[in-house]
Amino acid sequence: MKPHAHKQPGMLLLAAMLALASTTTRAAPRDELLAGYAAAAKTADPAFAGFSAARGDAFHRQSFAGGKADTPACTSCHAKDPRTSGRTPAGKAIDPVALSASPGRYADPAKVEKWFKRNCKDVLGRQCTAQEKGDWLSFMISQ
Amino acid sequence: MTLPYRPIALGLLAIAFSALVFQRAQAGGSHYYPPVSDPVVKEECGSCHLAFPPSMLPASSWKRMMGELTNHFGDDASVDPATAKHITNYLLSNAGDSGGRRESDKLLRGTSPSKAPLRITELARWVKEHREVPAWEWQHKEVRSKANCLACHAGAERGDYDD
Ligand code: HEC
Ligand code: HEC
Ligand code: HEC
Repeated sequence: MKPHAHKQPGMLLLAAMLALASTTTRAAPRDELLAGYAAAAKTADPAFAGFSAARGDAFHRQSFAGGKADTPACTSCHAKDPRTSGRTPAGKAIDPVALSASPGRYADPAKVEKWFKRNCKDVLGRQCTAQEKGDWLSFMISQ
Repeated sequence: MTLPYRPIALGLLAIAFSALVFQRAQAGGSHYYPPVSDPVVKEECGSCHLAFPPSMLPASSWKRMMGELTNHFGDDASVDPATAKHITNYLLSNAGDSGGRRESDKLLRGTSPSKAPLRITELARWVKEHREVPAWEWQHKEVRSKANCLACHAGAERGDYDD
């Protein structure tokens, strides 16, 4: 019994480290993205107190007047229920944007930024703020 | 025990026939336009609409389009310079007028490459092929845009525009 008692903490520690390593490699790009947006949001507004999935949900459905007439909201292309498929004006189907339905999403920060840039311009006629991006992403990751 | 010769023979005939049809399509029958096979082009040029077959436009058109991606039919479709170069190479080498491709029965007939048209849907031949499509069909909520080939050509992603 004694030798085991010695070994076990070491084994447990190793297992814990491995588990930690594997979850961090998988979550890293999304966490880094959110951390980047949080830092930028804090700079823009010192009172920034974290992202909100509920605000992200509202933003996802909100209609704006500043962008293109045929795409006033994110839901002009993405589905209201983000776990279902959307569609572009030219008829191309878009896979769900909820992470639970499309587990591969938001792992490539350059891709995320590319589409925020395009889609925010289409919908709001301006770039989204870091807070808006973080809220929207938090909502999609929670779904 | 008797072998069902007739069904087997009919089955073989059917297989031979579909192989023949397939071969004709592959060899450039008038309804077949090889779909985009490059994964980068599929990703960058196939998310907002169908990744249009490069053989539907002349090389001059693709060159012009790739030079003005920041204003692509009102959208910003720009990509980083390395990706743009990769896409341009692919489109140019598979364009409708490159590499001795047969174009006599294709969409480019009657189109002058020097005009570098940006829309497939404005090519004289495309307009002619679609002249019988009624107005209500273009406005149908499942169609909405002439560029929505998939709405009417279910096989478009495989390069098949037969129906
Ligand atoms: C004009 C149609 C359209 C509108 C409107 C639109 N999107 Fe998109 N969006 C797309 C397409 C097309 C893609 C790329 C296809 C894909 O990722 O499946 C995409 C992808 C994205 C991505 C990248 C997903 C990933 O996997 O990295 C984000 C983030 C995004 N959209 C956010 C938004 C937000 C926020 C809004 C509203 C402000 C919005 N979109 C409105 C069409 C649209
Ligand atoms: C951000 C969205 C977006 C991306 C990315 C995009 N396009 Fe487009 N494209 C459009 C829109 C919008 C139209 C106009 C569609 C319409 O008339 O309904 C269009 C139209 C076209 C047409 C003309 C269709 C016609 O009417 O005959 C071609 C050809 C085309 N795109 C090629 C490309 C190529 C090549 C790429 C990749 C370099 C690309 N597109 C990437 C949005 C996009
Ligand atoms: C509203 C429905 C509709 C849409 C959208 C549509 N087509 Fe068609 N297309 C048709 C019909 C109908 C025909 C005639 C079919 C026939 O004669 O067999 C046709 C014929 C064609 C043909 C000739 C096929 C042949 O029989 O030789 C080609 C090529 C073609 N379409 C390409 C396209 C492309 C590319 C697009 C998208 C840019 C497109 N079509 C969009 C309905 C449509």
